[in-house]
Amino acid sequence: MKKVDTVKFRTASADVARQALVSVSAIVIALLLGMGLIALMNISPVKAFSALIEGAFGSKNSVGETLVKMTPLLFTGMSYAIANRCGLTNLGMEGQMYIGAMFAAYAGINISGLPPVLHVFLCIVLGFIGGGIWCLIAGALKVWFGASEIIVTVMLNTVAIFLIEYMVTSGPMLEPPGTVTGQSSPVLDSARLGTLIPGTRSHWGFVIALFFIFLFWLFLWKSKKGYEVRVSGYNLQAAAYSGINTKRNILLVTFLAGGLAGLAGVCEVLGVQGRLYASFSPGYGFDGIAVALIGMNSPIGIVVGALLFGAFRSGGNRMQMRAQVPDAIVSVIQAFVIIAVVASQMVLEIWNEHRLKKLQQSKEA
Amino acid sequence: MEFLSTFAGWTATDIRLATPLLLAGLGLLLMNLAGILNIGAEGTMLIATLMAVVGSYYTGSVWLGMLFAMASGALVGLLFAFLTVTLRANQVVVGAAVNILGSGLSATLFRILFGVSANVPLIDVFENCSIPVLSDIPFFGEAFFRQMPLVYIAFLMVPLTSYYLFHTQSGLNLRAVGENPRAADTLGINVYRTQYLSIIVGSMIIAMGGAFMSTGLTKFFSEEMVSGRGFIALAAVIFGRYKPSGIMLAAIVFMAGTVAGNVLLASSSQIPYQFLTMLPYILTIVVLATFAKSAVSPAELGKAYKRG
Repeated sequence: MKKVDTVKFRTASADVARQALVSVSAIVIALLLGMGLIALMNISPVKAFSALIEGAFGSKNSVGETLVKMTPLLFTGMSYAIANRCGLTNLGMEGQMYIGAMFAAYAGINISGLPPVLHVFLCIVLGFIGGGIWCLIAGALKVWFGASEIIVTVMLNTVAIFLIEYMVTSGPMLEPPGTVTGQSSPVLDSARLGTLIPGTRSHWGFVIALFFIFLFWLFLWKSKKGYEVRVSGYNLQAAAYSGINTKRNILLVTFLAGGLAGLAGVCEVLGVQGRLYASFSPGYGFDGIAVALIGMNSPIGIVVGALLFGAFRSGGNRMQMRAQVPDAIVSVIQAFVIIAVVASQMVLEIWNEHRLKKLQQSKEA
Repeated sequence: MEFLSTFAGWTATDIRLATPLLLAGLGLLLMNLAGILNIGAEGTMLIATLMAVVGSYYTGSVWLGMLFAMASGALVGLLFAFLTVTLRANQVVVGAAVNILGSGLSATLFRILFGVSANVPLIDVFENCSIPVLSDIPFFGEAFFRQMPLVYIAFLMVPLTSYYLFHTQSGLNLRAVGENPRAADTLGINVYRTQYLSIIVGSMIIAMGGAFMSTGLTKFFSEEMVSGRGFIALAAVIFGRYKPSGIMLAAIVFMAGTVAGNVLLASSSQIPYQFLTMLPYILTIVVLATFAKSAVSPAELGKAYKRG
């Protein structure tokens, strides 16, 4: 028994190591491609990247800023990953984040008289529910009508962004007396997340995100439901045959995925902005895809992925100022990372198949 | 009479707005029927919007701009085909990457080439071109025959694509690949080549749709200007039940939502404009939920084919 376990463990860890190698080499390839692109613009890639690294880690302030950018990415990365573990594709993190932010802002502004910790907790719960319901729409339409959750979640992004824009420009959440449009009233102090590193913008949302990474791991790998979810992700039909209620699991997972993305918005409102703004996100939702992909949908991987892209986001500004490289190039590098990850995974797989075939042939001969 | 003329104007706007959606839908249809699910139309279109402007700016001809855009579409298509057909990578993930690439690359190149100045350079764009005789017919003339040249081309492509897909050997082969690639392979159809060609040609058609947005609907590029049309096109294909004429209908219906929104907005109704802007997106969701089960999608849509 013990021997089997060690063998199993060894193959599993070899698998993880190989996956990690794929991710790391993909990042390196993507960075080289990005540098090449910068060189094509007649700008020194070394100068650009040193500005980027300095902007991300160069001082206490930059580190704090990187933590600020990491926080929403941890949530949106988990959101994509948990759906993906169930064989679903959630591309609606951006919209779910906005809805989560709206719920948290509403609770943060209008519910008074609560002690700080409780108030924050309430905002988190409501934000989770808000984002969760938004994604649950896609899950329900998939289960009941067979509508592709991919397209529905994308469509809901735009709907959510316009809904929030309405809320704070002419809707009920516009800050009275309405002279400054595009923002809500500030949330009460009792709903604000405290500063994590004094003198920076970093906030406790980062710690909350790490706590949720732990819960994410607990749910997927230590609970029965999580096991069912992962089985459904591997093979939906087999899962259904073995008696797993796959439909109910799709509903559950879409709710959880939306809730996680919603928390990204909650932390932005309570930790960074202090109020609800129209179009407050620079695309954290879409970043979640790349974060989860290079993180192989695993807890540690998501932390690493969020660190990488958080650093890109915080360093991107500095790079734009210092080296005149548009910060939109961060998206380009991100796309390169995704492409490099999937490409190298497939190359590895094809190579393995090839080797297996040769092995069989030599056995037959 | 007055109302008829106004209504003709609305119809003309609807037709014009539907054109990029129709082109993107037709391009996606080619791929879908060959078994390829491409959610990267949004990114493909974004790159094309910029390339059309760049081409028109440097050559002075909007048609050359269109060619530039189509070439960029072919390149994006080639990349997509290599990753999903040759390497058999997940089509949804690659499509998502194409979208991120399109948004990042178009913004980066735009800021480098044109800076962030507020002055919009004048470029050659598509002009309305009335068709003699036909454009004089009351109502119909104004609604359908005083459009930009690309609008006519796009709508002519509907019967052409239909003929190609359902009445030629090559079209039949393409659909066979989407339905049952193994059987098609056995019959001597080159599955990989068929998929490559459908992706590249399809991406070029999608790129035409993008080009029309920046050199027809508007007169210049702005970041994120495709604003979800690449995704609405996916829904248009499903709503159109994988038929070119159905996609045409879907494009016109979807964009009628936008036209209605604009009309209501101009009449200073009480409805906030954000809700009107949401209309096509909500309509897409409703349509998707209604038609998803009845639409007959190709059997092997989204699955990579492995030979041997």
